[in-house]
Amino acid sequence: MLMGFSRAQAAALVVMLAIIVLAPMVAYPVFLMKVLCFALFACAFNLLIGYVGLLSFGHAAYFGMGCYLSAHAAKVWGFSAELSILVGGFTGAALGLVFGLIAIRRQGIYFSMITLALSQMAYFFCTQVAFTGGEDGIQQVPRAPLLGFISMQDDMAIYWLVAGVFLIGFLLVHRIVHSPFGQVLKAIRENEPRAISLGYRVDDYKLIAFVLSCFIAGIAGGTKALVFGIATLSDVTWQASGEVVLTTLLGGLGTIFGPVVGAVIVNTLEFYLSPFGSWVTVTQGVIFVACVMLFRRGLVGEIGAKLKVAL
Amino acid sequence: MKISRRGLLGTAAAVSTLPMASARAQSKLPVFKIGVLNDQSGPYRDTGGVTSVICTQQAVDEFASQMKGYNVQVVAADHQNKPDLGASIARQWFDQDGVDMITDVPNSGVALAVSAVAKEKNKVHVNSGAASSDITGLQCSPNTVHWTYDTWMLAQSTGGATVKAGGDSWYFITADYAFGHKLESDTTALVKAAHGKVTGSSSYPFPGTTDFSSFLVQAQSSGAKVLGLANAGGDTINSIKQAKEFGLTMNIAALLMFITDVNALGLDVAGGLHLTESFYWDLNEGTRAFTNRVKAKTPDNWPNMAHAGCYAGSLHFMKAINHIGPVAAKASGRAIVDAMKALPTEDDCFGKGSVRADGRGMFKSYLFEVKKPSESKMKWDYYKIVQTTPPEQAWRPLNEGGCPFIKA
Amino acid sequence: MMTTVLGYNIGPMLAQGVLGLINGAFYALLSLGLAVIFGLLNIINFAHGALYMIGAFVAWAFLNYLGIGYWPALVIVPILVGGFGMLLERVFISKLYKLDHLYGLLLTFGLALIFEGLVRNYYGSSGMPFAVPESLRGATRLGFMIMPTYRAWVVVASFVVCISTWLIIEKTPIGATLRAATENPAMVQAFGVNVPRLVTLTYGAGVALAAFAGVMAAPVYSVNPSMGSNVIIVVFAVVVIGGMGSILGSILTGFGLGLVEGFTKYLYPQGSGVVIFVLMVIVLLLRPSGLFGKAA
Repeated sequence: MLMGFSRAQAAALVVMLAIIVLAPMVAYPVFLMKVLCFALFACAFNLLIGYVGLLSFGHAAYFGMGCYLSAHAAKVWGFSAELSILVGGFTGAALGLVFGLIAIRRQGIYFSMITLALSQMAYFFCTQVAFTGGEDGIQQVPRAPLLGFISMQDDMAIYWLVAGVFLIGFLLVHRIVHSPFGQVLKAIRENEPRAISLGYRVDDYKLIAFVLSCFIAGIAGGTKALVFGIATLSDVTWQASGEVVLTTLLGGLGTIFGPVVGAVIVNTLEFYLSPFGSWVTVTQGVIFVACVMLFRRGLVGEIGAKLKVAL
Repeated sequence: MKISRRGLLGTAAAVSTLPMASARAQSKLPVFKIGVLNDQSGPYRDTGGVTSVICTQQAVDEFASQMKGYNVQVVAADHQNKPDLGASIARQWFDQDGVDMITDVPNSGVALAVSAVAKEKNKVHVNSGAASSDITGLQCSPNTVHWTYDTWMLAQSTGGATVKAGGDSWYFITADYAFGHKLESDTTALVKAAHGKVTGSSSYPFPGTTDFSSFLVQAQSSGAKVLGLANAGGDTINSIKQAKEFGLTMNIAALLMFITDVNALGLDVAGGLHLTESFYWDLNEGTRAFTNRVKAKTPDNWPNMAHAGCYAGSLHFMKAINHIGPVAAKASGRAIVDAMKALPTEDDCFGKGSVRADGRGMFKSYLFEVKKPSESKMKWDYYKIVQTTPPEQAWRPLNEGGCPFIKA
Repeated sequence: MMTTVLGYNIGPMLAQGVLGLINGAFYALLSLGLAVIFGLLNIINFAHGALYMIGAFVAWAFLNYLGIGYWPALVIVPILVGGFGMLLERVFISKLYKLDHLYGLLLTFGLALIFEGLVRNYYGSSGMPFAVPESLRGATRLGFMIMPTYRAWVVVASFVVCISTWLIIEKTPIGATLRAATENPAMVQAFGVNVPRLVTLTYGAGVALAAFAGVMAAPVYSVNPSMGSNVIIVVFAVVVIGGMGSILGSILTGFGLGLVEGFTKYLYPQGSGVVIFVLMVIVLLLRPSGLFGKAA
């Protein structure tokens, strides 16, 4: 075991790294960056559902608010790239703390419904407040230079930044899961009453995990804002929340690489289906149904089960 | 874990499905691509949608014999009313797919985002479907032409004329986002300039509001003579239906409405309404001729002004390419737009007009009244003309827009 | 009338309240169906909004393709769509009972996407008009407002249906069986009741309620594919506030929240979209099981 990666996982990690490095030579970098941002978002989401057992149905709120605040930081405050992204992360975390305090009180389905409703509030907040630009969103966000002087204008330059951010986030999630803290989370997921009886302050653990997940979601959102130069309401809709659920479900809940694979597939599908209008929606629905009925473990989960490894 | 051959092949197959980096063009003649970017699945599907693509293709087909040393292709995509999706499609089109000009783009938020990308990549954006007068005002761009209509022109025509007809007190129902607010403020300014007054306004959450009864009741109790609807599409349709239901005695001014919305509403509900468009299929010989050429291709959805704008704007775009030559045109979108501004426009849909220095298309605007069912002889026979505003008065004066690169 | 209370005109406020009741009627009907389904199946039926939309859509299709009018549709459509719901339950949902309830949520979410996408694909989304039936056209002057007859009908009919449903569940033998099956399915099965069939019928009934609401909604809003997703989250909030398993809770909260939303539209229109969620948060902080719910 190397850093908590089993042999199989280490191999998969190497493959993933190789793809990240080689892909821009054959595929459109901007598309790849979109995949990476959403993959990171999905990893953050997966932390909660896969390892803590909490289905946060309004996770787009943290991603989207991260998007907005990062955009604002880069455009209006003139922050450099990494600071803007961090602003996004802390926004996600702050919102996560507030919403988490309200939602953690309940469990299971109630938790999901509450997170959904809270994210709707965030959505309405975004439609009202001036700085978000309402329907237009925050546009013409500059590609702020990294550390204040490394230019990010070129697509490839910012690609490496995004790849770096993704990898850090990905490894961070992995680290959290394989730490003592992560073990407690797993115990909570398996049998919460037992964990309580063992003396763990279960709600605190859940809240911390929640805030961490929201932080990473905010980072993903902030990165996306810088790449695309825009932050809009569609980043905070419940449809966006539904999409990250789909991504993680398709890839495999509770697997390390599942969210990444899911993000690749969902975004590629969207890319190819978008000429066909609402077929995107229908296809997403079909995938949901298929995954829930037949492929509950998701793609990576199924592959892992066949190969008898945990991926 | 062994890397199997199957796995490798699978990966290669998977990679090959990813969007590729730019392919090298092998054709002999340069190909200009026009991208029609609009809402093909959402609330504006009939207002823009496939019909816009058909009209654009029509322009290309008609102009084919006049193309001097180049070809033109039309591509299309659905922006789903999302500025980020629209911007990323625009970016991809300009970077990867050799698209030179993007047209239609309803939804002001998306339009502004696409304008920014077009400016960054030095390509062309000929907008037909969007409303905000900021496109040629505060957010103007030397790479953008705003062809068909805008909030100022709508306010001027519907607003100003309604006031002149005796509607001197207004109450607004406004979609609570940039477009609605802009439409309301442009109209308010004109109402006040004509010595009318605004008794109040209701802003409602957008999107998602389908029930306007409470705002309508409020409007009625305000005592205003005119109900100004600063919204579009499904919202306008619902507002009007419900106004009818609640026996509203106010005069309704649908500030943005297309013939496609009238079709969805039905004449028994929409009859008597006033609205402004810059094109109507039955206006004159030219518009009828154009409609006859396209209607077979889009029998359920006859062209409205946005569709006509795609046709006319694309025609003018190609004339501009002719004017400066394909080499110069490929090199700089701005050069094409400058040529579009230099050449006068003329087509079957909008007649004779021009493109102003800030990118504003200057055409006549028409105030229409929707016919009652008894007055209409067939489907799509919906409008009768109330007033025509000549181009010099229909659009906001050049120096009032705040466009940064116009030196007054 | 222009009498004022605290500076606010009574007339317009009352008007808003009455209008709010109309919205409340739909909230009540929909949250009732949701509560019934959740009470017995423990499934959050995310497809509820889409099925409501399908009810409206089928009513429209009946009118346009088969010439079947509003009144027959009001009876036939809920039965048809309810039947479709039972099919869904048999084919998809029943397979998930042994799993974590979240899968039910995800499945119905997927179904909702499919229904909405299909309708939008073939019928666009500007909405299809549905005329108010002849017998219910016209309006009455109420002094402070003009009340369309059809909307008054909506409030009355919804109220009757809601109360009838509640009576059936609380006061009849079959209702008792239903409630018992919620508490202890094995025991009820041991008494010879076919519990799976009961569950299927219950889901169908809940869906039928949604479809009924859809038919009633068609003349009020145009029939458009997003009508379900526009309202579903509000309805969830209603159910959460009322108490997740409580039938009476959903009815009262539904109508009540409609009233509150109406008043907000008069006092602070921009907040009308969010007031329900704010209330939900407050209720959750003070009384987590909802206003009428049993403590978790």
